[in-house]
Amino acid sequence: MCQACGCGDSHVVPVALNERILAANDRAARHNRVHFRDARVSAINLMGSPGAGKTAVLEATARAFGHAAKVGVLAGDLATDNDAQRIRAAGLVAESITTGTACHLDAEMVHKGLHRLLGWRELDYLFIENVGNLVCPAVYYLGQDVNVVALSVTEGEDKPLKYPTMFQKADLVLVTKIDLLPFLPHVRIETIRENLSIVMPAPRMILVSAATGEGIDGWIEWLEHLRTPRASATVIVGAL
Amino acid sequence: MHEYSIVQSLFDQIREAARARGAVAVRRVKVQIGDIAGVDTQLLRTAYELFRERTICERAPLEIEAIAVRWSCPDGHGDIEKGRALVCPSCARPARLEAGDEIVLQQLELEVP
Repeated sequence: MCQACGCGDSHVVPVALNERILAANDRAARHNRVHFRDARVSAINLMGSPGAGKTAVLEATARAFGHAAKVGVLAGDLATDNDAQRIRAAGLVAESITTGTACHLDAEMVHKGLHRLLGWRELDYLFIENVGNLVCPAVYYLGQDVNVVALSVTEGEDKPLKYPTMFQKADLVLVTKIDLLPFLPHVRIETIRENLSIVMPAPRMILVSAATGEGIDGWIEWLEHLRTPRASATVIVGAL
Repeated sequence: MHEYSIVQSLFDQIREAARARGAVAVRRVKVQIGDIAGVDTQLLRTAYELFRERTICERAPLEIEAIAVRWSCPDGHGDIEKGRALVCPSCARPARLEAGDEIVLQQLELEVP
């Protein structure tokens, strides 16, 4: 009611909220994060353009690890199950998250995907292969430990400058398809590095070719550093 | 085109805030969007205009405050100049993002009985 005269008119009050608009997604992501931590699974959000080589990197990762690590994949895709099929053929456990028209994965989709990915708690690494897109996936936190962005040498050296949000959030940039460099005389790795340094505060870059296997050892070494030690974790639980 | 899903989340938040305060209508919505938040403010506005018809926000214009990107040295050696490498020129420490990634519902003006 109007405070001045009691006439019954409504009045307008300002309300300061200062809340993140994606607070609901952040909550769902924190929920995923607790699951990952409890199960001691290292979760990697793998992003990049369509055709950057994300699925090929996962296939090469499967080949390189062999039985040395348990790796699973939730593969986001607009319309098909193709990526998950390729990954399963490479010997990894994989499920698709078909997003329909959505251009990114959100934390709730990942949560539902986990329900379908049987045995995910036994994994050492869970890769969340995001929808191929250099814009939208960067906005949604999924509960992952790290963001890895695949950038193929054929995409152009200035991608980091054009999509700063994506690269600013990357913990590692995998420069892919380096076997094609001899055919790309104008592409300089040093220029990619310089462009990354303008948008990434601590730029990390590993050069790989999924086709020839070059550089994959460096990538596996990076993953090994990320790994949550299971043995010591058991001791801690036992001590409690 | 995630601006549509961002507007959906925004409406969920507005409805909740209005309900909690017994508001009958929303008269203004103020948001802050950082320059590297990954949100296109034009698309956000288009999505908002599309969604607000026949809702509690029908008479609520959307005000968007753009927040400039600012990186600085975590040890207090000042801001990093735009277009430069994101390391402190004095101590070489990686820069810290101070502003520019906001996707924030800042303020509502609510009509209460």
